[in-house]
Amino acid sequence: MAAIKVHGSSLSTAVQRVVACLYEKEVDFQFVAINMAAGEHKSESFLALNPFGQVPAFEDGDLKLFESRAITYYVAHEYADKGTQLLIPGSNKEAAVLQLWAEVEAHQFNSPASALAWELFYKPIFGKETDTAAVEENEAKLGKVLDVYEIRLTESKYLAADYFTLADLYHLPNLQCLLGTSAKKLLEARPHVSAWVEEITVRPAWSKVLAMQKQ
Amino acid sequence: MATPVKVHGPPLSTAVSRVLACLIEKDVPFQLIPVNMAKGEHKSPDFLKIQPFGQVPAFQDEATSLFESRAICRYICEKYPEKGNKGLYGTNPLAKASIDQWVEAEGQSFNPPSSVLVFQLAFAPRMKLKQDQSLISQNEAKLEKVLDVYDKRLGESRFLAGDDFSLADLSHLPNAHYLVNAAERGELFTSKKNVERWWGEISSRDSWKKVVDMQKQST
Repeated sequence: MAAIKVHGSSLSTAVQRVVACLYEKEVDFQFVAINMAAGEHKSESFLALNPFGQVPAFEDGDLKLFESRAITYYVAHEYADKGTQLLIPGSNKEAAVLQLWAEVEAHQFNSPASALAWELFYKPIFGKETDTAAVEENEAKLGKVLDVYEIRLTESKYLAADYFTLADLYHLPNLQCLLGTSAKKLLEARPHVSAWVEEITVRPAWSKVLAMQKQ
Repeated sequence: MATPVKVHGPPLSTAVSRVLACLIEKDVPFQLIPVNMAKGEHKSPDFLKIQPFGQVPAFQDEATSLFESRAICRYICEKYPEKGNKGLYGTNPLAKASIDQWVEAEGQSFNPPSSVLVFQLAFAPRMKLKQDQSLISQNEAKLEKVLDVYDKRLGESRFLAGDDFSLADLSHLPNAHYLVNAAERGELFTSKKNVERWWGEISSRDSWKKVVDMQKQST
């Protein structure tokens, strides 16, 4: 039995972030499905794993963690020798550049991207009505963020380095949602962003995450 | 002797003050470079070179430029592990993972509603901007729920990530300070026993008092 457990739903972008990291690192894990429709994520036993009642929750032996970006950062360090190198070893300065783009994902990209994913991708699945004003507002916000990315990706092959790192991985779940909606035009309109999105979404580890959703 | 690091931005900015608190905790010499945001200096081509999103702070350590306050804080802790507060970012991987978890909780759960409230209640009136009451009520409700989780956690643990003050607690200081001192929302913190105890401890740290002084001197 794997020491690592991920508790969550394969539909959750935050869960996908963690699972993508585990597949990249080629680390065995057990996926414990949480029935969110039945409110399982608000049960006492789940709250003991994530007091915010959100997915994912994560265990590695006795260690319990929540927050997908903290979990993935832990996994990337703990299993540094396995699978894909997702960090930038060496100088503090280069490691800081990874931290920087990870924070950009969390604080600049995530909010408008996940708002658009919710409006255009998830709401139709749940039979809810899209708020067109919210879509317009968030497309404008995301456009500005992607303008910065377009410039960055002319200077650097991937966001933090010349190779794929955690900073790029963090974007995969929301990017995948956007690709399935009209918002993909924002990505397609920017050539370097577009090329980057294409490259990172065809990674084998990401394909495994997508396969999980089909089960 | 190494050149002091540079922090660009006004100390009144919550993100700038997060970095200042960290530098002072770590006893790392720095130079604060003013950015005149009223004049749009943060959107000037020169500033955009060091912060392409046109926000403060920007940070420089000799040839290295960084932005995003939480990334800057982690960089400072990693580069100067032996200076000042050695345990600020943990002294082993498990401690660090717990600190990262609560820094993320701050960034993802505490920061969004508290930032809206700080802007609406502390900054908007002073900038003569109209307040949005429904945004205020919505975010008060969200923040209450987050602080309920914190109250439970702080009943089990002295600080968020464990027994010692860490980057996770520090990350909360800027927004919480304004909520308590400039937005008349101290009750959010004092109405919950463990949160009140925690807030009292972290806000009375010497490093934070120095940041508050810098904020006062800048006005």
